[in-house]
Amino acid sequence: MADTRRPLSPHLQIYKWQVQMVSSILHRATGIALAVGTLLVVWGLLSLAAGEAVFDQFKICIGSAPGMILLFGWSWALFYHLCNGIRHLLQDTGAGYAIPQFVRSSWLSVVVSLVLVAIVWACVLTSGGAA
Amino acid sequence: MSTNAKDLRHPLKRARGFGSAQSGVGHWWTQRVTAAALVLLGLWFVFTVLSLLHADYATAKAAVAKPWNALLLILFVVTMFWHAVLGLQVVIEDYVHTRWKEVVLLVAIKFLAVLGALAGVLAVLRIALGV
Repeated sequence: MADTRRPLSPHLQIYKWQVQMVSSILHRATGIALAVGTLLVVWGLLSLAAGEAVFDQFKICIGSAPGMILLFGWSWALFYHLCNGIRHLLQDTGAGYAIPQFVRSSWLSVVVSLVLVAIVWACVLTSGGAA
Repeated sequence: MSTNAKDLRHPLKRARGFGSAQSGVGHWWTQRVTAAALVLLGLWFVFTVLSLLHADYATAKAAVAKPWNALLLILFVVTMFWHAVLGLQVVIEDYVHTRWKEVVLLVAIKFLAVLGALAGVLAVLRIALGV
């Protein structure tokens, strides 16, 4: 550890929960989850290149119950990180830093990501299940 | 940095080399550029996967082998791993306070990302070139 005699900023459990904190923490958490999810993309491509038998095995794995739960989680993580990422890119231009706008855009990221993931899985389910 | 009364060096001498005047903004900027690219490539990837939901092996392979799809997939895989490394790097720098663990993790994620990116690109090339 670094020199701990310096004053510490208040830790997370001291703060009252606010949506701005949630959106910020979720951005990191979904980013880490998606970094792990990159391996799924590579696994899919490798098994597609390796032949039909290997690819069928891959489809069985992601079509299983744990596979579907992970896929659902990753799809939401992708949409959340996408929405909030666009929000951050807009904020990088200096826009939207007034507190009411900041709170509103935080909610917008969370809500739009949930809507998008619902639309995608509605597409999957209405077309007769995944994988 | 602790202030040592016995240190005869000028404060400016100790500060030099720790600023962001040279390549400090490079990480930040690359993260934004790869993010902007991934907004487009990520959405394209989701649409492509959804369109291949019930495709059999041959159809999926033929879709990936199409020149535009192969090109965009390679771009997606490389940009995805690049962006993931930049993000994970910040997380590790923020939370891992033991120097040797930090360095080991920073090098490990780069090794894994290059491995993953090359494996993904090679898989797409094998499918596209039919080898």
